[in-house]
Amino acid sequence: MEELINDFIAETRDMLQALSGAIVAWEAHPGDRERLDEIFRFVHTVKGNCGFFDLPRLAQLSHAAEGALAEVRAGTRTADTRLVNAVLAVIDRIGELIQALETGEALASEDDEQLIAALGTEIEVSVPALEPAAAPEIETRKSQRSIRLSVDLLDRMMSGVSDAVLARNELARRLRDAPRDVEVEAAFERVSACIAEIRDGITRTRMQRIDSLFAGLPRLVRDLAAELGKQVALEADGGDVELDREMIEMIRDPLTHIVRNAIDHGIESADERVASGKKPAGTLKVSARQAGNQILIEVADDGRGIDGDALARKARAAGLISAEQAEKMTAVQKTALVFMPSLSTAEEVTAISGRGVGMDVVRANIERIGGVVDIDSRSHQGVRLCIRVPLTLTIIPALTVSAGGQVFAIPRSAIDEILRVGGGSVRIDGVGEAEVATIRDRRVPLIGLADLLGVEPEAGREDQKLILLKPAGGDVYALAVDAVHDHEELVVKPAAPAVMAAGLYAGTTLADDGSPILLLDPSGMANCAGVSFDEKEIDALLAPAGEAEAVRETSLLLFRTLDGARRAVPVALVERIEDVPVETVQRSAGKLRVALGGRLLPLAGCDAAPAEGKLRILRLTDGVSELAYGFAEVVDIRAVALDVHAAPAPGEVGGVALIDGEHVEMLDPYWLFAAHADASPDDGARPVCALPEGDPWMENMLRPLIESLGYRVVAARDGVAADILIQSAGTEEPQGSAAQILRIRSQSEAAGDGSIYRYDRAALLSALTRNAKGQANG
Amino acid sequence: MAELLLIARLAGRRVAFPASSVEAVVELEGLTPVPRAAGHVAGLSALRSRVLTVIDAFASLEFGRSEGLSEAIVVPSDGHTYAIMVEEVEDVVEASAPPSPIKAPLGAGWDRAATAMVEVEGELFLLIDPHQLIAGPAAHAA
Repeated sequence: MEELINDFIAETRDMLQALSGAIVAWEAHPGDRERLDEIFRFVHTVKGNCGFFDLPRLAQLSHAAEGALAEVRAGTRTADTRLVNAVLAVIDRIGELIQALETGEALASEDDEQLIAALGTEIEVSVPALEPAAAPEIETRKSQRSIRLSVDLLDRMMSGVSDAVLARNELARRLRDAPRDVEVEAAFERVSACIAEIRDGITRTRMQRIDSLFAGLPRLVRDLAAELGKQVALEADGGDVELDREMIEMIRDPLTHIVRNAIDHGIESADERVASGKKPAGTLKVSARQAGNQILIEVADDGRGIDGDALARKARAAGLISAEQAEKMTAVQKTALVFMPSLSTAEEVTAISGRGVGMDVVRANIERIGGVVDIDSRSHQGVRLCIRVPLTLTIIPALTVSAGGQVFAIPRSAIDEILRVGGGSVRIDGVGEAEVATIRDRRVPLIGLADLLGVEPEAGREDQKLILLKPAGGDVYALAVDAVHDHEELVVKPAAPAVMAAGLYAGTTLADDGSPILLLDPSGMANCAGVSFDEKEIDALLAPAGEAEAVRETSLLLFRTLDGARRAVPVALVERIEDVPVETVQRSAGKLRVALGGRLLPLAGCDAAPAEGKLRILRLTDGVSELAYGFAEVVDIRAVALDVHAAPAPGEVGGVALIDGEHVEMLDPYWLFAAHADASPDDGARPVCALPEGDPWMENMLRPLIESLGYRVVAARDGVAADILIQSAGTEEPQGSAAQILRIRSQSEAAGDGSIYRYDRAALLSALTRNAKGQANG
Repeated sequence: MAELLLIARLAGRRVAFPASSVEAVVELEGLTPVPRAAGHVAGLSALRSRVLTVIDAFASLEFGRSEGLSEAIVVPSDGHTYAIMVEEVEDVVEASAPPSPIKAPLGAGWDRAATAMVEVEGELFLLIDPHQLIAGPAAHAA
């Protein structure tokens, strides 16, 4: 508290000093709006601060001055000489009080009332003549333990230390090349350690406790609640988290706005709350915590939540989204509309938050400093807003890559994944001028960094690496680079305007060897390359749901059966295609089997082996067991979005789809394996997890996770016996015996049916491991 | 006191820069190109731990691109530090008289960059505004 008061005193003194010019100017031209605003802001700030510090005299004075000035600003009162004098007298008194506060002296208070009365509209009040403030008689300032430094000076120290680090690196290189000298090395080590310590210290001088950001909140909340006739309890937590000074300043306004919003729109009036069975007083929780090199600031209220449908209607009315889009949007996406420009949920603009900056500005401001805002709203339960920002503005974790022989850096926060083009997981198609990368059934625009920069790539496409980038507020795209080098923590400086004008760069930095590196701007690159995100903007507001929305394509192997029908099977199931001599096919133990490499595989697709020659078989696998499927010839391999019409009864053919205008029967691999495959003997020991079929997300993402936990995965269909059954929320569960059913939903919003959000890894893991352990113990 | 001038050779012409706007004269070590940046941005170079944006004065005057230059004058401008490549830095001298306006057209590039004429020991030099060189041709057109 002591520290905060010192800050307050120092700040107010600085402001008074800066204001002295404005006061004189305002005195000369009372109509000067700019000066008036400046003085108003000052008394307003003082009022806010001293409410928090319990300094009633200061609060009274500044409140009175603020009130009078507000009337002038609103135009209901003119700034006559009398008023100007009265305001100036109050400001002088504030200065005296601050001085007294600093030295710990008491200051007579008898004429405060008079000063305040002078601000009133009644004429008959004698105004104390404005005299030049007498010099304080006794200069008994307490010795200070803190000083105020300009950030410029800290920056200069920082760059001095950076120089020292570079010089040290240079020296280290020289020493390595020179003949060994233990004493020199020891001395070098010492210098090295010193430099590291200084660097650490200077980095820390830029850090400030987030307390200073939270300090103004109690007052803000109190005032707002009083103004709106609501009851709000504030809980602030994590004030000791440290953050870059500049960063704190950048967050101040967005945070204030979010809090205003929460109290104005979120928390209901006491009556309304009681009527809906809540406590009369709303709770607003503000917390900060550090996670890795990010700071998470969370603002949660227990109000009415955001009405997504109302937002969608408004967006429709404003022509921001089409009726079709509104129809298709998930609840989460609708909530995210709150970040669209010019949308406010309140039916009427209120005095508190219905004007000035909107949530779109909040988001833009946070993103400008490399942060992210997430919103999670539950109807009648409240809204949780989470701001994630990097620890400092200046040091960012980055990945260095190269294109055309030149090294560039990419901020790691935007990187989703790094892939090798040559690997089987990536396919690149040319679509006219543009290129599209298909990564695990997901299509993303591909930008070649070398092409974008207009330099010659040093590697062919096949040898390049792909970096999946997710720029703030944009959609995912893939960036092809010649090589990926290293993860580094880089000290980033803004680049000169002529460099920024290229639209591709976010700043410059220095490599360890002292050469400059350009930091690429992921969203700038997307804009330059003309990757259009406009129509996807809404999807982009919420990534996981947006991805789920994309059309799923399945890679299919099209083939002709022995009796001439066109059928298809997912390529993923096909292990290989083989020709086997007919002699190896025999009916044994009640099934048709083929002997292959010392193993017997069940054979499907034909009732008997052909009379002579060779039989072509597909070797299908479900990861555990294998079976063979006899066929005549391969037609094609195609990636298609499937629209399968299910067969009336389960069987070898699960349904039919139209591919290139022809009917293609889709094999039902689950039925095939159920009907033909031999149960594998050693699987009894492992717990069994039944997974619904045909869901690419389950198959590609969930299955590896489940298998990594030691489960044997089987297809969930009628009659399955499993220890745990995974089920998509909202689908019917198959008939079977499962010890436990785990429902998974694709929306992050709670559905109230005990389901788990599909990307809630922690919850998934805990549900799965609990069961696996239960199995092992039981 | 007469103005101090830095005399340098630029695009084949001897010109004067106000010495007050020049922080240092350096020999550039290494140049990192900036793809897709304006034509007069030659690249980036490091001066100790600072990143210098290197300006090709030749290109800024719209004479094409210069090649093989390594000498540059360091000019801080608007919070950033630039290095303007010149052919040769000759000397720092005192102006003999206050600058006088240019009366004749000099040609596109020079017209923009030269603010006045200045006399040094009986010889006339164009006084170049380094900030105009930094702004480049595009900024002027806008």
